[in-house]
Amino acid sequence: MQPNDLDRIARQIRLRDLQAVFEAGAGHIGGEMSAIDILTALYFRVLRIWPEQPKHPERDRFVLSKGHVALALYVTLARRGFIPEEEISTFLKPHSRLNGHPNCTKVPGVETNTGPLGHGLPVAVGMAKAAKLTNTKYHTYVLTGDGEMQEGSNWEAIAAAAQFGLDNLTLIIDHNRFQQGAALKDTNNLAPFPAKLEAFGWDVTEINGNAMDEVVPALEKRGSHPHCIVAHTNKGHGISFMQDRVDWHHKVPNAEQYKIAVAELSEAL
Amino acid sequence: MNAVTPSAKLHDCRDAFVAVLERLGADNPRIVAVCNDSVGSSKLGGFKSKWPERLVNVGIAEQTMVGVGAGLANGGLLPFVCGAACFLTGRSLEQIKADIAYSNANVKLIGISSGMAYGELGPTHHSIEDFAWTRVLPNLPVIAPCDSIETAAAVEWAAHYDGPVFLRLSRVGVPDLLPPGHIFEVGKANLLRDGDAITLVANGTVTHRMMKAADLLAAEGIEARVLNMATVRPLDMEAVVAAARETGAILTAEEHSTFGGLGSAVAELVVAEAPVPMKILGVPGIFAPTGSAEFLLDEFGMSPAAIAEAAVALIARKPSRA
Repeated sequence: MQPNDLDRIARQIRLRDLQAVFEAGAGHIGGEMSAIDILTALYFRVLRIWPEQPKHPERDRFVLSKGHVALALYVTLARRGFIPEEEISTFLKPHSRLNGHPNCTKVPGVETNTGPLGHGLPVAVGMAKAAKLTNTKYHTYVLTGDGEMQEGSNWEAIAAAAQFGLDNLTLIIDHNRFQQGAALKDTNNLAPFPAKLEAFGWDVTEINGNAMDEVVPALEKRGSHPHCIVAHTNKGHGISFMQDRVDWHHKVPNAEQYKIAVAELSEAL
Repeated sequence: MNAVTPSAKLHDCRDAFVAVLERLGADNPRIVAVCNDSVGSSKLGGFKSKWPERLVNVGIAEQTMVGVGAGLANGGLLPFVCGAACFLTGRSLEQIKADIAYSNANVKLIGISSGMAYGELGPTHHSIEDFAWTRVLPNLPVIAPCDSIETAAAVEWAAHYDGPVFLRLSRVGVPDLLPPGHIFEVGKANLLRDGDAITLVANGTVTHRMMKAADLLAAEGIEARVLNMATVRPLDMEAVVAAARETGAILTAEEHSTFGGLGSAVAELVVAEAPVPMKILGVPGIFAPTGSAEFLLDEFGMSPAAIAEAAVALIARKPSRA
């Protein structure tokens, strides 16, 4: 699949995500929009996966550590055939298996339960270590938020990954520069990330995480160390009035805003 | 079965744990051990020398240790995650909740040196909250074996059970109580001694103290039932309700806080199904003073004599049958 096709799919996923947030009256739309290009590249180009065999032992692993953008993952999994597309309309409804954070015991394609931040990377380290111990060729990807990197457990796992020589592990930091309440730089500024990861013995690639022609090669890159992609993204990417506005972390558009957003995302479909 | 005299020889249950782990590990290459620099205190030296690549030591990083365990299980391995119980449960409780229990990961959590085994090192190193913290988590059996025989049997069971397990071990020597060849059944209490005057319920390092207390009571003509209740969750509801109905009083004792542990689990059931006088022995909601585990168990009323005394007082509270 070529970057143009991927861009088109990403637009469709954004649109479905927006609709679901509007209909459910909840969601984390800002961080969903920033991450959707990465999810699209993974699920429609990079990951070796078999939707009809979600537990295939040789599947590549993807862990959504920023679990609060579960909706973007659900829409992507549905578009890729893991769950029915019509099920997205049950998001957050009573007894839906699509709650606000992904559940691996209920949703095919989800690898581990996330929600509390700082959990995905340690689990991903275990997955990558298991591939080494069993001599299985799958690759493990994990997506964190930039604010999430404030959790100390990530740095334990970063050190362990380097110690274990996990060249089969890729960490993507969705660096949209905003966390729930404020900008990263005004909260606990871990940026710039590259030198910190390199100091732990990781390879680092910096990209525009909303540009497919940069996202795909970075995800496919292989080296001799664990690999961190610092993906510079825009919170609310694709919807002009949401972009880089901290209040769109988990705000829900009103009817007028929804109409504008749909129009913008529909333009290039 | 009455008046079992525990064999005098004391066993460190960690030895039984690693003996079974190494035996199973020889046949099952999927078994890996995960630790937080605790190779020595978890007695994993033998495992390490046999299969160095299968010992995953994350360093002093308990959150990552538990998360890595979940990831290893996702990759098809059978991880035994070993660490001092105080750090394994306290430091990583959210990982145990989200990555292990909620994700239903096939990970065996082995809490070493639980209770007050680190005695004089003080309350930071005591793990007298772990029953309370773990038994509220769905999907997670919580088990504290009473001797080396039950430890070996429980490890064997855990290795073949498809799901998460929290196994709580001590380093304090205990006599063997269960018969050789004992097979562990989760959620099933062992009747160590029968009687109808009162039921004594315990697990872990306290069960043998209960047996000695029962001997003291028998010398006074009081026949106590003794239940070894290694599994705190799922609780053996049948045995507890039968104990309440048939003996009319229940005394529990555990190397744990009196809040939220074995006694609480028993009381929650008894109050709903068959209310009888009860007393819960344990650490009475305080940070323990300096002392060895054995000293502290005595200090908190769990010497055999003190247990027997508490039993007599409890029996006196039973409603008269007149």
